[in-house]
Amino acid sequence: MSQTTGTKIKPTRPWKRTPKQQALITLNLLIGAVVSYLVVLATPMKGKLAYLAIFFIAVIVVNFVESYIKSGLAAAKDSIATSFATAGLIIAVVPIFSILFTIFDRGRAGLNFNLFLHDMKANGPNDPLGQGGLLHALVGSGIMVGIALLISLPIGILTAIYLTEIKGIYSRPIKFLVQAMSGVPSIVAGLFILSAIVFPITKSSSGLMGGFALSILMIPTIARTSEEVLLLIPNDLREAGVALGGTQWRTISLIVVPAAKSGLITATILGLARVAGETAPLVLVSGGGDAVNPNPFHAPMGSLPFYIWKGFTFGTPESIARSWAGIFVLLSLIFLLFIAARTLSGSGSKK
Amino acid sequence: MINPSEDGNDEMETKPITSSLSDVAKATQARKQPGSGALGVGLEARGIHAWFGDKLVLRDISLDFWSGTVTALIGPSGCGKSTFIRTLNRMHEFIPGAAMAGEVLLNGQDIYEQGTDVTKIRLKVGMVFQKPNPFPSMTIADNVLAGLKLAQLKTENKDDLLEECLERAGLWNEVKDRLNAYGGSLSGGQQQRLCIARSLAVRPEVLLMDEPCSALDPGSTLKIEETIQHLSSSMTIIIVTHNMQQAARVSDYTGFFLSDGGPGELVEVGPTSEIFSRPKDIRTENYVTGRFG
Repeated sequence: MSQTTGTKIKPTRPWKRTPKQQALITLNLLIGAVVSYLVVLATPMKGKLAYLAIFFIAVIVVNFVESYIKSGLAAAKDSIATSFATAGLIIAVVPIFSILFTIFDRGRAGLNFNLFLHDMKANGPNDPLGQGGLLHALVGSGIMVGIALLISLPIGILTAIYLTEIKGIYSRPIKFLVQAMSGVPSIVAGLFILSAIVFPITKSSSGLMGGFALSILMIPTIARTSEEVLLLIPNDLREAGVALGGTQWRTISLIVVPAAKSGLITATILGLARVAGETAPLVLVSGGGDAVNPNPFHAPMGSLPFYIWKGFTFGTPESIARSWAGIFVLLSLIFLLFIAARTLSGSGSKK
Repeated sequence: MINPSEDGNDEMETKPITSSLSDVAKATQARKQPGSGALGVGLEARGIHAWFGDKLVLRDISLDFWSGTVTALIGPSGCGKSTFIRTLNRMHEFIPGAAMAGEVLLNGQDIYEQGTDVTKIRLKVGMVFQKPNPFPSMTIADNVLAGLKLAQLKTENKDDLLEECLERAGLWNEVKDRLNAYGGSLSGGQQQRLCIARSLAVRPEVLLMDEPCSALDPGSTLKIEETIQHLSSSMTIIIVTHNMQQAARVSDYTGFFLSDGGPGELVEVGPTSEIFSRPKDIRTENYVTGRFG
């Protein structure tokens, strides 16, 4: 290990593409673009989709030929697989960005600070933008999602603990049920609360009923995600806890759950994000007032999804602009929740 | 060829492993004559059988473990050593489908007797696992004192207990300035000594160690072995190991387990020096001289 003197050794990355290879890739794409332009010009095909399709085929062919000349048939086949995978990625990602862009673009017009200060008590959806707001929807969504969280968090996590730690004789059927439940259409959850509680007992819609309906959707999400998180905790830790004279319950509460904390937080946030945008059950059971209603036990309660739905069904340019602004607010909230989940789960696993 | 090598020097050239083993065995003999340091039987296994499902994995193991001594259990992989020590603190029953027969007497009381408080048994018979497993959500200090919390024990002075346990595990000097760091921030060897300190905090009479050094480097292994020697004066230690030199270095007694495809059996047990220099059974002889396994 002698120090190199005189000539200085530069760090290199032989596994990276050289500028020449990079240029070749660009050239391939260019050839693809030119071919697609010419083909569309020469044939009766028209439109963006045609350009894209021809471009895609052309690039695959060019890459295939290049790899075949350079490294033979196996490499050429490999290049086809790579091209398809890349195309799949683009097909999956483009709609997502398109949706985000559209929401931002359309939502911009209706966005103003008043949205967060006023409700629609004194204004109709057809009033000029800037009057009224979605405070009632924000408050209602917050309260109902909060109620759903209060119900679902303990039930969901305890279910996960039953499935992974206690492993009782009912584990298998419960696991099956939880999996089936996570596929329940949201309107079914709404109808269930409607027919089981609202019609026979309360006879009126309220925020509490909305919270109940949302919790039906939230419990399976939290239970399944928590179960997967708990399964990742090494069995060694459980044995160590028990070997130190802990009962099973104390081992779970002092060792296993704290060790899984960041994952359980993520599970909870995923559950929140899952239900925050649910519309169907809320239309059925919580109604949708236009005024801020902080009391979940009495009178209909607005929510963001309901606000959006109502704006679109009203159908005037102003009301639709309000809806887009509502979508923008709702999506931003969910986005913030996901960022929170990523940050919290990331910071927990660094140790 | 398979005569017990009474004199290691003979075979110095041809069989270095044998000779070094018997050298170490001599050193062990000098350190503690069997029985001299013993304070009486700490733990007795009587006719232990163990099953996983329908498969018998251990047949009729009877072994006495004397207080104040270290007993090493050696044998090839899959011969039931780990299963055996897991029956000694009732960890065996955590494996689905597990069954057992026989008695384990701790101070004359069968730990499998109906109505026995299992958690109390595990407080008296502590365990250190193969892989270091400090609790990830706890600091070093909390890890050591975790047993008190788990078993809901009270202590007069937590700081004293913390220092005492870390001192006995040979870790105090390395961690005294960072007791509030997370256990996972330590090296593998330090983590294992942290786990030893953790099991000492509930003051067990017996300490079971299931291949405690198999995941560690030689330097850390040496430190753990020193720790074992320090601890052995005050408690019963039972260590499962694949490393025959380690068994020779740390133990007073050695038991040799073997399975010929069927259930594991105890072939021979005796003072470590004898097992390594004058084993009675040819199979032990073959194993300790490295002819198989």
